[in-house]
Amino acid sequence: MTAAIEPIIGRYLHLDYAGRDHRIYFETAGEGIPLLCLHTAGSDGRQYRGLMNAAAVTGRFRVIAFDMPWHGKSSPPAGWQDEEYRLTADGYTGLVMAVIGALGLDRPVVMGCSIGGRVVLHLALRHPRAFRALIGLESSAHVEPYYDTSWLHRGDVHGGEVAAGAVSGLVAPQAPIADRWETLWHYMQSGPGVFKGDLYFYGIDGDVRDEIGRIDTAQCPLYLLTGEYDYSCTPEDTLAVARAVPGARVTIMKELGHFPMSENPALFLSYLEPVLADIASRG
Amino acid sequence: MERASQVGDLAAIGPRLAGLAERIAGDAALLRRGRYLNTSCQLIIGVESVLLRIIDGRVAEVRQGSFASLSAVFAIIGQPAVWQRFLAADPPPGDHDLFAFLKRRELRVVGDSHPLMSHLLYFKGVFACLREAPR
Repeated sequence: MTAAIEPIIGRYLHLDYAGRDHRIYFETAGEGIPLLCLHTAGSDGRQYRGLMNAAAVTGRFRVIAFDMPWHGKSSPPAGWQDEEYRLTADGYTGLVMAVIGALGLDRPVVMGCSIGGRVVLHLALRHPRAFRALIGLESSAHVEPYYDTSWLHRGDVHGGEVAAGAVSGLVAPQAPIADRWETLWHYMQSGPGVFKGDLYFYGIDGDVRDEIGRIDTAQCPLYLLTGEYDYSCTPEDTLAVARAVPGARVTIMKELGHFPMSENPALFLSYLEPVLADIASRG
Repeated sequence: MERASQVGDLAAIGPRLAGLAERIAGDAALLRRGRYLNTSCQLIIGVESVLLRIIDGRVAEVRQGSFASLSAVFAIIGQPAVWQRFLAADPPPGDHDLFAFLKRRELRVVGDSHPLMSHLLYFKGVFACLREAPR
């Protein structure tokens, strides 16, 4: 028998946000520049397990990932049984800032994927001086819906199975089998209606096309990395953001899809490390 | 009205259709995903169709022809060139998944989508069986 304990530490934060108590699970690994990581819609912070186990990253960065309320090991707020979960731009942006404040993170780097890649654009607009840098993975200003999201939450379809099926093609074919299915497992574990509720932000309320031209990368550097197999947020969607935001640095990643940090952690790190080195060199 | 399948739109995937039932029957994980699925699915390829009848996750019937109307619970419709791209070996980015084609409106789903959406991973596995073998 062999056994090994990972260097990741998990704790719970009680956060009074928007007038409600939230019990939020977060994990940390490493020391140095705070790097706050935001998971995709309908998933949780386990997507960053590769990053948190990468000594090349954790030697210089304190990596933090939290599960949004309703996701992973974070609870929905009391009274959830009588409401429909729906993520809004104001709610998401405010939550990220509240977590940063509660954890005492000083000008962190924030890296988010998909909905997280969208919210970094909102953060850049609303709080440009609060961050050392922002990293948008699979980042777009808007995506057009391409299937009826009501299928994700109805009694006669298993929500976890349909969510995993809906996103399975967003994993690049080259992803290692174990990481592909780990990524899909997170979707299978998502609570009823949570993925659908997140997509309200992704497809409707988070549309920021008319505003991204005001992002000032002189105040807050913006890095954009998108996988070539992502047909949800396509490389062209990300390139459109880069064209609209002077100074944004964009990388299209080969053999990666919509979940780079989770579907193929080692390959993703080869793209991320130069970005982190650049950020670290800025001091 | 049905007519005999001709060499044409379906020629490219004909051999794979012939072996589809056996291939799925030999895939224990796929059978488990579809074990409660009983439905029919029509792949409309230009003017020709393939009708798949599925019983307990097994392909019980594969019928080729030109059907004048929807003859299954649901159908996936596309032009032959689109199907050829979708079922190619090692498709390039954007041609590698059903939903990518749906997003671009190159393939369409008509009829009752419930069997498809409730068994997405199963059907994606079936389509993978129809892909060309990697070169």
